[in-house]
Amino acid sequence: MSSQAKYSQPDENGYYGRFGGAYVPEMLYSNVENLKENYLKIINDESFQKEFNTLLKDYAGRPTPLYYAGRLSEKYGTEIFLKREDLCHTGAHKVNNTIGQILLAERLGKKRIIAETGAGQHGVATATVCALKNLECIVYMGEKDIARQAPNVARMKMLGAKVVPAVSGSKTLKDATNEAIRDWINNPNDTYYLIGSVVGPHPYPDMVARFQSVISDEIRKQLKEKKGTELPGYVIACVGGGSNAAGAFYHFMEDESVQLIAVEAAGLGVESGMSAATTQLGTVGVLHGSKSYVMQTEDGQVVEPHSISAGLDYPGIGPMHANLFATKRAKFMNATDDEAVAAAFELTKLEGIIPALESAHALAVLGKIKFKKDDIVVVNLSGRGDKDMDTYIKKLQS
Amino acid sequence: MNSFQKLFSEKNKNILSIYFTAGFPELNDTNVILRTLEKHGTDMIEIGMPYSDPLADGPVIQNSGMKALQNGMTIKLLFDQLKGNKEKINVPLILMGYLNPVLQYGFEKFCADAKAVGISGIILPDLPITEFENEYKNILAQNGLNFIFLITPETSDERIKKIDEISEGFIYAVSSSSVTGRDQDMSAQKSYFERIKNMRLKNNVLIGFGIKDRETFTEACKYASGAIIGTAYIKAIEKGGDIDIETQTFLNSIL
Repeated sequence: MSSQAKYSQPDENGYYGRFGGAYVPEMLYSNVENLKENYLKIINDESFQKEFNTLLKDYAGRPTPLYYAGRLSEKYGTEIFLKREDLCHTGAHKVNNTIGQILLAERLGKKRIIAETGAGQHGVATATVCALKNLECIVYMGEKDIARQAPNVARMKMLGAKVVPAVSGSKTLKDATNEAIRDWINNPNDTYYLIGSVVGPHPYPDMVARFQSVISDEIRKQLKEKKGTELPGYVIACVGGGSNAAGAFYHFMEDESVQLIAVEAAGLGVESGMSAATTQLGTVGVLHGSKSYVMQTEDGQVVEPHSISAGLDYPGIGPMHANLFATKRAKFMNATDDEAVAAAFELTKLEGIIPALESAHALAVLGKIKFKKDDIVVVNLSGRGDKDMDTYIKKLQS
Repeated sequence: MNSFQKLFSEKNKNILSIYFTAGFPELNDTNVILRTLEKHGTDMIEIGMPYSDPLADGPVIQNSGMKALQNGMTIKLLFDQLKGNKEKINVPLILMGYLNPVLQYGFEKFCADAKAVGISGIILPDLPITEFENEYKNILAQNGLNFIFLITPETSDERIKKIDEISEGFIYAVSSSSVTGRDQDMSAQKSYFERIKNMRLKNNVLIGFGIKDRETFTEACKYASGAIIGTAYIKAIEKGGDIDIETQTFLNSIL
């Protein structure tokens, strides 16, 4: 497939079309270069693959089920399958990537792991694998997010991680990422930066996409078994930075009969000034080491997005997705805070599954697409809703 | 001969370059700071263009940038402020910032406007060499601007040679792998500084990051043509006293 992988893999400089690259200061050059030179060699190595696959299976609980959602299908007049990433250990797809990167960090001889987190899911997934591998773990988290995601902060601490508040800028995910990068600049030798999404300088977007690609690899096999075809009509996933969408789309990107639907968070509405729909509101720029769409002012200052879902509350988008958007290979839709919450309650009522607010954005577009009765629609249910119970309870009471 | 080469031909020891953030402490302090810095003995000045996400900067420069943005500083406004300075300021001026705001302004327009107000050099730490060579080198050259590259203790000899080859202003040697404004033990960096010195580069080298007083300045000058101070100067003027007096006091404590 590699000879025709025009969407899923970057060129040698890390570009997907005109997006990507490695815009890092010289202080990070040798670290990023070292990673670039070694990541493919390491992750294609047999011993790596063996350990990675064993951990995915026995520790993370893979393969996750592809569940035919009967009542949801009936409601939307089509055949809907849910890829149950919510059943992964730690409650979301994030652990696929942290397992992969911790094995890489270990092979690079790094002793100290740093990560950024927004809602805390990636932080928890990182703290988890650091506990597993007995490695020091420092998680940067915006001061505001620490206050509003207390249960995940407690989980990280119980797992042995040090949670450091990011007090610069707007004190959310963007600033936690800045602080993690500054830590890496200050500690170039012993530290590994474990990025949680398909963002950052090359080779991070490609590396994270590869670790998450297990999602679409499984979907193909599971569909073959259930429906006799590997190819669905639609794959729908939410996009903040875009790691779960990258994983769900990965092995379908080159099959152009499969419609890829990326759902961004519209917040209070795309034009409300309180939104995180980066492709709709952003312009091409450089943020956190790669060229992509960025929500910014005319003067190039990055603006603070808004979404009810902390995991989608990011003013950028991975370069792979920027290219899918620019080439129109994927269709970009969006859902508001209210639509996402309604979709979460609908899934709970119809299927007995409480989804994460992020994943609820993907469910929220089901009513906006004209499906045929025999279409096969796969929705990537990237995480479970435990962490969002506060928000849901408030809605129940109002 | 470009303005850096001219400076180094007249003086190649103890060069002092000072960084400040445009729009800080007050929006319209830019020209006052430029004039007082020159008057009190600065050899070269770096004008910082504030950015919302300054990855390579420590808290002091970050905060100055945040304040400057709150004050309303933009690249467009900065160029307006700098108009008419060409005749008044004689030391080489450098614009330093991050790539994104420059891309939004338009790289070609940025270079043309920089040239028009008498800027000699540009520092954008997050513009990598590959992209510089592929897309931006010619635009800079057409406008007579020298692009200044950073090197660190982690930069290989081979890469330093490559940077020396494509540089025509000077080389900015970051004293250790760190963000700006962290305390450095200069003597611990001795072998790195010696290594650069012994490479006999065609470009002059200035050392920056962690230079904050006479002791660190003098130590850096043993190995290079001079040094760059940013954070310590921002601290000196951030209290909002008389800029001329604060600047003079600060420079007297260094030189």
